[in-house]
Amino acid sequence: MIEIRDLTKVYLMGDEEVAALAGVSLSIDRGEYVAVIGPSGSGKSTLMNILGGLDRPTTGRYAFDGDDVGNFTDDDLADFRRRRIGFVFQSFQLLPRLSALQNVELPMIYAGLDRGERRARAAELLERVGLGARMSHRPTQLSGGQQQRVAIARSLANRPDLLLADEPTGALDTHTGEEVLRLFEELNADGLTLAIVTHDPDVAAQAGRRVAFRDGHIVSDERGRAA
Amino acid sequence: MSFLELIRFALGAIVAHPMRSVLTSLGVVIGVAAVVMMTSIGLGAQQRVTEAISGLGSNLIIVTPNFQRGPVSQGAGGGFSLRDSDAEAIARQVENVTAVAPLVRGQAQLASDGANWNTQIQGVTPDYLLARDLRVASGRMFDEREGRQGRKVLVVGPTVARELWGDADPVGRRVRVRSVPFEVIGVLESKGQAGFGQDQDDVVLAPLSAVRSRITGRRFRGDAVQTIYVKAADEQSLNQVQDDVTNLLREQHKIRPGDDDDFQTQNMASILEASQAAVGAFTVLLAAVAGVSLVVGGVGIMNIMLVAVTERTREIGLRMAVGAKRSHILIQFALESVSLSLVGGLIGLSLGVLGAFAIARLGDWPAAVPPWAGPLALGFSMVVGLVFGAYPSWRAARLDPIEALRRE
Repeated sequence: MIEIRDLTKVYLMGDEEVAALAGVSLSIDRGEYVAVIGPSGSGKSTLMNILGGLDRPTTGRYAFDGDDVGNFTDDDLADFRRRRIGFVFQSFQLLPRLSALQNVELPMIYAGLDRGERRARAAELLERVGLGARMSHRPTQLSGGQQQRVAIARSLANRPDLLLADEPTGALDTHTGEEVLRLFEELNADGLTLAIVTHDPDVAAQAGRRVAFRDGHIVSDERGRAA
Repeated sequence: MSFLELIRFALGAIVAHPMRSVLTSLGVVIGVAAVVMMTSIGLGAQQRVTEAISGLGSNLIIVTPNFQRGPVSQGAGGGFSLRDSDAEAIARQVENVTAVAPLVRGQAQLASDGANWNTQIQGVTPDYLLARDLRVASGRMFDEREGRQGRKVLVVGPTVARELWGDADPVGRRVRVRSVPFEVIGVLESKGQAGFGQDQDDVVLAPLSAVRSRITGRRFRGDAVQTIYVKAADEQSLNQVQDDVTNLLREQHKIRPGDDDDFQTQNMASILEASQAAVGAFTVLLAAVAGVSLVVGGVGIMNIMLVAVTERTREIGLRMAVGAKRSHILIQFALESVSLSLVGGLIGLSLGVLGAFAIARLGDWPAAVPPWAGPLALGFSMVVGLVFGAYPSWRAARLDPIEALRRE
């Protein structure tokens, strides 16, 4: 599904050029559960941003189902994010003014679904993540674990091909973190492709594949459950 | 996605901070209210000027001496180039003329039955009533014969009647004008205020020759007159009459071709036009000053929109992450700014209309809200919202989603 060849990303820090990615090649197949690990500054978040269409590579090729994402215009990228990608962030990124249901509806508004359809699907997704009883709650009325589950429901709203999670358990305690990871496993079992950025070995151990980064390079790529 | 949803996003953000939204649009409220009030007052003034000027008489041409030019005569009637003979010539020779009324005027103290009143005395001929659209309410006007004889009779305006005799009937009373005894034979119908505090009823009419010999004294000795009113038969003949009068008077005064007139003619239509233009220019000036506050209101909106974009940077990033295009963000924030301004415009329009009526009631000043005030106010506030919302909205749409999501 995803083909990356010799991807680089160079930032300008003052007068100095900093390579966040220094020639990365990687392919991810449909249905995989990939954990991207590495210390901070290793380039893993940059990769995630490029995979999600939030950023463009400096050089190299990024193909998604054969489409050359690297050459997309801003509007193409917006469409790509809306249709293909679901994002889950460490800090949840829920809109505080909106209820859980409205937060989940948001991506579907940009997709042009009508109100009834949106409501029904958002309610279904909140049921799926175990928040059927809290749909009208505001984010501030929900615990961290509940907020992250709302965010996951939102990421699934437009039936993405790829779910990208950046430190999804980073702001949660161990117990609620495990709940979220269990949810990811269930989603992957249903066929969803997942890529999770983490520096927590326990989180990475859940994934079927672990790609380790250091200084903008991939240093290891292991398959199979870790012990 | 539908435009309707973008409108809902914008309105949602506005109602989320009701107090802030109200304060933000206050500048536009004040600006629009001021513009509406100023244009209403201006239009009212224009109507009052029109009334005042048409109150002088319709289809009227006013002939006055031109002091800039003309033989500087040191003798009788110094500087007054118009004479009774001019008026007679006009009446005889110019076509489409309904009335010709020569006039001299002076200020005089009236005394009767222990009361005093200082007023304007006008020496006229009976045709004056016709020329100026005046009517006698009680008693009668003096006739041609009495006029020629210079009989010492008066027709008084309602204000003079009230000041000297209260509610009693003035007809038949004796009045001393500058110690000369006159008899009141009629009372004029009220013409009311001419606008700008000028009372058209504060006047007395007397035969021209009586005033010339007894009241104004040396200035109008002989047959000099101050003004000749010429009433044309209708509006269409106004210009023809004015031209004919001009040519005739040049002939009468033996002015050679190429030399300037020693008199001037004005017709009411052009006086009206000029006055309306003057009032109109004044109105535009007032509205422009008020419009400045509208611009200040727009700056207020821009300020708060910039704050909103900064505050909601993460929201913008998130919207982009879930698939919003830059144009969606741009339109959402532009709509927010336009809505703020439009709501301000609506409130300002209502306040402006109320204010105009309040001024009309309290200040005895006519205020006419122009029919285009509504569309104009709303159109202007929309433009203000668009113009001053453009930069903040553009800033929002240009944000980098990664940076935006990272912002605390």
